[in-house]
Formats: sequence, C-alpha cells, structure tokens
Amino acid sequence: MVDIKKITAKNMTDKEFFFGHKACAGCGGSLAVRLAMKVFGEKTFAALPAGCMSAVGFIFPQMAFLNNAIISTFPGTGSMLSGMRAGLDALGFHDTHVVGFAGDGGTADIGLQALSGAIDRGDRIIYICYDNEAYMNTGVQKSGLTPYGTKTTTSPAGKNLSGAVTHKKNLFEIIAAHDIAYAATASVGYPQDYLNKLSKAARVNGTSYIHIYATCPTGWGTPTETSVSLAKEAVDCGLWYLAEYENSTFKINRKLTKPELLKEHLLKQGRFKHLTDEDIKVIESERDRKWERMLEKWG
Amino acid sequence: MLKPEIKNYVTPKHIRDYPTGPSFEAGHLVSINAGWRTFKPVVDINVCTGCYQCYLLCPDGAISKTDNKKIEFDYSFCKGCGVCAHECSFNAISMVKEELTK
Repeated sequence: MVDIKKITAKNMTDKEFFFGHKACAGCGGSLAVRLAMKVFGEKTFAALPAGCMSAVGFIFPQMAFLNNAIISTFPGTGSMLSGMRAGLDALGFHDTHVVGFAGDGGTADIGLQALSGAIDRGDRIIYICYDNEAYMNTGVQKSGLTPYGTKTTTSPAGKNLSGAVTHKKNLFEIIAAHDIAYAATASVGYPQDYLNKLSKAARVNGTSYIHIYATCPTGWGTPTETSVSLAKEAVDCGLWYLAEYENSTFKINRKLTKPELLKEHLLKQGRFKHLTDEDIKVIESERDRKWERMLEKWG
Repeated sequence: MLKPEIKNYVTPKHIRDYPTGPSFEAGHLVSINAGWRTFKPVVDINVCTGCYQCYLLCPDGAISKTDNKKIEFDYSFCKGCGVCAHECSFNAISMVKEELTK
C-alpha cells in the first residue's frame, strides 16, 4: 500500500467547507462534518437526509457548505449517493468524492435499506453516520442507536421505566456483514483516529462507511465545553469502541482502558441522571458482554 | 478564499421576488452567529504553543492559524461553546464573560 502523508491539525487545509452553520454550540455532529469535508476537499459532492446537519446547513437563503451539497429524502441517502456517483462517472469526473452525512436515525432506522443497497452494489461512495444516539433534530426521540437507560421524549424516565429499554443496535457489525470494502467506527473525542479513517475511506475503491460517535449537548444535557472530552471518555470506559473492518477482517483500534469510569461518565449527563445502581449494572454487564465477544472474535 | 464572506440579502417582499431555483450557490452566507455567546474565548498568545488542538476541535471552524504560528478567533462565528478552552493542554484560552452592549 502506498504511504500517504497523514493529515493532522498542522498540515490540514485552512479552507473551511462547512462554515457559518447554525448548529447548537458545542455540536459534535458539526465537528464531524467539518473535519470530514476538510479531508475530502473541494471536489466533494455531499448528500444529507433530514437531520441536524441538513437543518443547520441549509437555512434559506444560507448555504453553509462550500461545495456541492443537497438534501436527500430521509430514507434515500444511500441510493442518492449511488446516483450521484453514476452521474459523476458518466460526466468523467472520476477524481471526486461522493459523501453522505446522516444521523443515527437516518442511518440505523430510516435509511438502512437504501444504504444496504448501495453497499451491495459496491459503489464508490463514503457514508458517514454521526451518531448522537437519538433523533435530535426533531427534539430527542429514541432511535435504534439510543442506548439502554437513555431518557428521551419517547422513552421518558419515571416510576415505571428508566428510559430506553433496548440496547444500542449493532450497526457497525450489520454494515460489516455486507462484506463492505471499508467500515470503521470513530469518536469526536479521538480526532486523529477519525482523520486517519477519513483519509483511508477517501482512498477505498468501493463503499466505505464511518460511524462517528458525536456528542449532542442539547439532547444529552451536558455542558457545551465537554463535548469532546465526553466522547473520549465514552471510548475509554467502553460504551463506544474504535474499530475497523477491511479485507473481511475486524480490528480493534483501542483497548478498553478505564472501565471503572462508567458510572461517573453516565451520571455526568442529564439523559442518564435518573439511573439507579441496578440500571448501571445492566449497562455495565451489556458492555462487558460486548467487549468479551469483540475481543474473542476480533482481538 | 478560506471562508465565505457575508453577502447582502434583501428579504423578498412578494412571492415573485423569490428566486426560481431551490437554493443559492455554495457558501452563500447572509448572517453571522455572534450573539449566541455568554462567554467568549480569549487566547494568551504568550502561553499558546501553536499545537492547533483548538483549531482542530472547533465545531464552527471559528479558529484560524496566524502567521506567527498562534491562533485567533473569528468572533462573528464563535458560539462560545468553550471546547477550545476545555481541551487546551496549556490553559492558554480563558472564557471571559461577554459585556452587554447597547
């Protein structure tokens, strides 16, 4: 494999491609989009379904993207990306990137079918899912990627239930099961790891998928300044993981370093404030089960 | 051009004044994001080492590199989230309360 120069904070382009958007202060999703656009550069065509990033980027008469970007139908991000790739190839624009930015609901629930089709066709597209663990744009409703115990407006915490009753969908493994060319998970708390994965995805000749864990201060009830550190902590305590799938092999990029941080990490967030010790035990045992399986199969 | 410039925009008075296309060209900005802040970041240039972690982590791209390898803020687009100050390993950025202006 050719050795390509690593993109870092010091050598990345000074040009901003996602600028002047109206996202909430401290938004992890907008950071994920901004960094991705800086890696992919000017010759990039983006499609965004309904979700925070399309809502904050395309407020008439504003257009916060500095490259070509369009709002797709909610379930059709994958198919629209395929169409854009076909169109660009037909016009002879081969040295371009086609990228989709969808939220967790737009990927794991509503857009899954079209994404599955795009991966099946093996089109040269990049799909980025910024996972803020609920439908944040419409006001914090539970999605398939909302973890157990999360308080959302459709899974309220009270006497009978303590928030969401289901665990997070194994989306990364579902995507990998298509035998996709490249898939990875990332976190805004580990930006260099994310940048490396973006540059890898840009070079893949086939479909690539990056699932980035992106903090949402508004929906999570967390201080805006902790957006990056919380996303880092989530990886450290094992609630999220950094992994890659390529050449039909899984690889864990970072080991579980601080499992004891779990309780402290959860109770820092408004959406988990109500959790009892029993609830935390459920989350902990699910985490341990997942990590045990991951280490056994991928380690 | 590293960042788009604010363009003058006259709000249409009648439906026929609206453009026929669905959108504007890329990077069409007509308003700034100042006024969201309670606190604003201020950098101590003598402490700043130019590691650019704040530049990397700013969700709004409101931090830019200067010629002398330090950073500066674009206060028209900074929302005052405080990620830069929180993530700075050298405590070079402090959050200062905004004064009310009339």
